[in-house]
Amino acid sequence: MSAVTAASIPRLHAKARLQRDEVRDRDVLLYPEGLVGLNPTGAAILALCDGARSLGDIVAALERRYGASGLERDVTAFLGGLAAKGLVLYGP
Amino acid sequence: MDRKPLWLLAELTYKCPLQCPYCSNPLDFAGPRFKRELSTAEWCRVFREAKALGVLQLGLSGGEPTLRPDLEELVRTAHGLGLYTSLITSAYRLSQERLAGLKAAGLDHVQISVQGAEADLSDEIAGSASYRDKIAAYHYTRELGFPLTVNVVLHRRNLHQVEALIRLAESLGAERIELANTQFYGWALHNRDALMPTKAQLAAAWQVVERERARLGTALEIVWVLPDYHEQFPKPCMGGWARAYMTVTPAGEVWPCHAAGRITTLTFENVRDHALDWIWEHSEAFNRFRGESWMPEPCRSCPRKAQDFGGCRCQAFLVAGDAGVTDPVCSLSPHRHLIDAALADEHESEEWTYRAAPASRALSAALRERA
Repeated sequence: MSAVTAASIPRLHAKARLQRDEVRDRDVLLYPEGLVGLNPTGAAILALCDGARSLGDIVAALERRYGASGLERDVTAFLGGLAAKGLVLYGP
Repeated sequence: MDRKPLWLLAELTYKCPLQCPYCSNPLDFAGPRFKRELSTAEWCRVFREAKALGVLQLGLSGGEPTLRPDLEELVRTAHGLGLYTSLITSAYRLSQERLAGLKAAGLDHVQISVQGAEADLSDEIAGSASYRDKIAAYHYTRELGFPLTVNVVLHRRNLHQVEALIRLAESLGAERIELANTQFYGWALHNRDALMPTKAQLAAAWQVVERERARLGTALEIVWVLPDYHEQFPKPCMGGWARAYMTVTPAGEVWPCHAAGRITTLTFENVRDHALDWIWEHSEAFNRFRGESWMPEPCRSCPRKAQDFGGCRCQAFLVAGDAGVTDPVCSLSPHRHLIDAALADEHESEEWTYRAAPASRALSAALRERA
């Protein structure tokens, strides 16, 4: 696998689906025989993984939304964790 | 602590064209207890109540769930509720048209069993000529874009094929392969002597799994379900009794796991009589072994109790005769010698009984007599 850069485009694997979990008041990522509970930031990151935005676009959008800077490391680490589980793929 | 269920296994029917001797279904599946199957409307109500209770993952299983002609409607309802739906099927006579219809209804994931890596052995273990249908259905799932799990129950007669099974799943482009060492409940317990693997077989298979995991990485997830009789400590069965999981049987009984119905010292409620949330919160069967207060020694003072929850209640009942004792698999259990005896037996010439309705009715009568 080639290195992940700001130009890489993350997307959810087709087996994974975002779902609202009303009972626990959170979003979850569902996939075969498993799920990941998401905090609001994680859910916001995944909502931006639309297969068109690059990692750099996603970081910029989140920094604008939260009025923050330097989010690149956190976003990359979060998506990297899901990529290690095969739930997020990176494409050009 | 979150004490709402995340998982529901819906056993839609116990009818099945396969006769696998390790089937986890009850021995008396063909008896009167499971005769009156839930209607479409009743299942849809169960799914609504499950979602409202916190369930996110729905397994549609059996028996063979595709024998239900209303499967598409059940999937459509579950999908509409936001449940992640998995079809757990033998794929016997499963056509591309049927799968396409299920895809259109919102089915998320397909799990298809196979009993061996080639037709002769697979069909022999399944007790039916089904391998060709399975391979065809694997390809249909790829063409339709389903995530695919290949499921294999492992035992003495097929453990030597682990590498070939992984290669098969890889060549099909599956997302996951579940290599599930036989857990001894239902028919598997009845056929335990014929299915029990040797230590050497398990060691060799595990070596293959480790090597193939390193080679395949995330391209193919290899799940290895531990052969718990051969372990030193029990499995954290279902993540703890009545903590995250429930099974609804074809006739509407609700169990904390798909084997619990054999525990004759518990009373199980039915969705025809009670709402699912009442059964989850208040029924005797769900509360009996919830948490830690039921635990005897050696569990009570054991630091592992938060890890393994005392192991499996069904196994305690089936092997030691008391659902309220430490799982006999545990090396600290006073009943461990019963597991060791099962491991030490000379198994070479044992025949198994296929899971089939006539055998079930005979065993069902025998069970009633014993009770």
